[in-house]
Amino acid sequence: MDCENTRTLIDGYLDGELDLVRALEIEDHLHGCALCSERYNDRQVIRNGFKTESVYFKAPAHLEKRIQRSLRQAAKVESSPRRLPWSWVKFAAPLAAAVIVVLALVPFLRGPSPEEVLTQEVVSSHIRSLMANHLADVPSSNEHTVKPWFNGKLDFSPPVADLANQGFPLVGGRLDYLNSRPVAALVYQRDKHLINVFIWPVSGRKTGDIASASRQGYNVFHWTQSGMNFWVVSDLERGQLEKFVEMQKGQPPATS
Amino acid sequence: MWGEKDKLARFEQIILPHKDAAYNLARWLTHNDHDAEDMVQEAYLRAYKFFDAFRGVDGRAWLLTIVRNTCYTWLQQNRGHEATTLFDEEIHAADSENSNPAVLALQSADRQLLRHALEELPVEFREVVVLRDLEGFSYKEISDIASIPTGTVMSRLSRARERLKQFLGDRMKEKA
Repeated sequence: MDCENTRTLIDGYLDGELDLVRALEIEDHLHGCALCSERYNDRQVIRNGFKTESVYFKAPAHLEKRIQRSLRQAAKVESSPRRLPWSWVKFAAPLAAAVIVVLALVPFLRGPSPEEVLTQEVVSSHIRSLMANHLADVPSSNEHTVKPWFNGKLDFSPPVADLANQGFPLVGGRLDYLNSRPVAALVYQRDKHLINVFIWPVSGRKTGDIASASRQGYNVFHWTQSGMNFWVVSDLERGQLEKFVEMQKGQPPATS
Repeated sequence: MWGEKDKLARFEQIILPHKDAAYNLARWLTHNDHDAEDMVQEAYLRAYKFFDAFRGVDGRAWLLTIVRNTCYTWLQQNRGHEATTLFDEEIHAADSENSNPAVLALQSADRQLLRHALEELPVEFREVVVLRDLEGFSYKEISDIASIPTGTVMSRLSRARERLKQFLGDRMKEKA
């Protein structure tokens, strides 16, 4: 470290802003150089002079009050457009907070919704049908075989659509039990994927929009049409299953 | 959402305690009590207005940035010659070499003299000395407050101290 560099860095050294290596180099140089050492001492003297209070202007006592006054005025101006009387907010804020807390807790207090329970039931039923080798009681790709099969087994006749031409051949039908009642289960196939369609009547001739969910990797669609509940479940990719649902919906209502 | 009352309370708690630092900087930049008070009050109002944007941990550095800007705006309007003339560091750098007074004489330099020496510095130099030696900010903090690179902070401090030394040395000589 020479005098030139030391002169450039001496203030950084004085202020403790240099890295350790450079600081040591400067220190080393100062030990051997009277001129730089003198320069350093001068700076120390000046800096120490500044540390005394007489160079520091403290705010006069009245300034704080003056600032506070003007702040209060500014705060009033900023808040006035909203015109919320504080007495009202005092009551409303805790009340609003309590309502939010209660609302947030409701889902936990109530447990899963009926729809949530049914969705899980549908998925379980689908999985069971694949596991227990009990996919179809009436294995047939013919709607005119499957549909009459349900006669006498159910108190309703489910619509059975033939979608073979659209790439969803019928595999068969069976009886199942969902939502505390016997239901019709129709099985369709798309490549290697199997689709269960659960059908049972609703009270009244309601129509409901398609709703969908996804559980354990299975896609679930359900809707209400012509007085029947339709629940479709499969591991088929969502987009394709949605097409299948559209075709099911497009079928004319069963008449029998 | 913070109510206006909460905002004011938080502001007074976090920012108001730095009124001395605010006043000290304003006083050194404006040279007189009356203007310094006006600057501080105005800076506090601005700070309050922008308080929602305050994210930092150091309320003092944040406030002083605003005080500095307020003072500079005022200096430009009222003392155009002081703040608007671009400071030429080359010209100001040339003057102090090898005219060093005796060092030890400075030991006895009275405070009034030191204060006077600081007042004589150009404003760009004065502010870095105030921020560093009176407020104890790091180079990085000063670079944030004054919007200059840390290298410039160091070189301005260096020039400022050379000038202070020269000023003090000249006065010593006169006295002797």
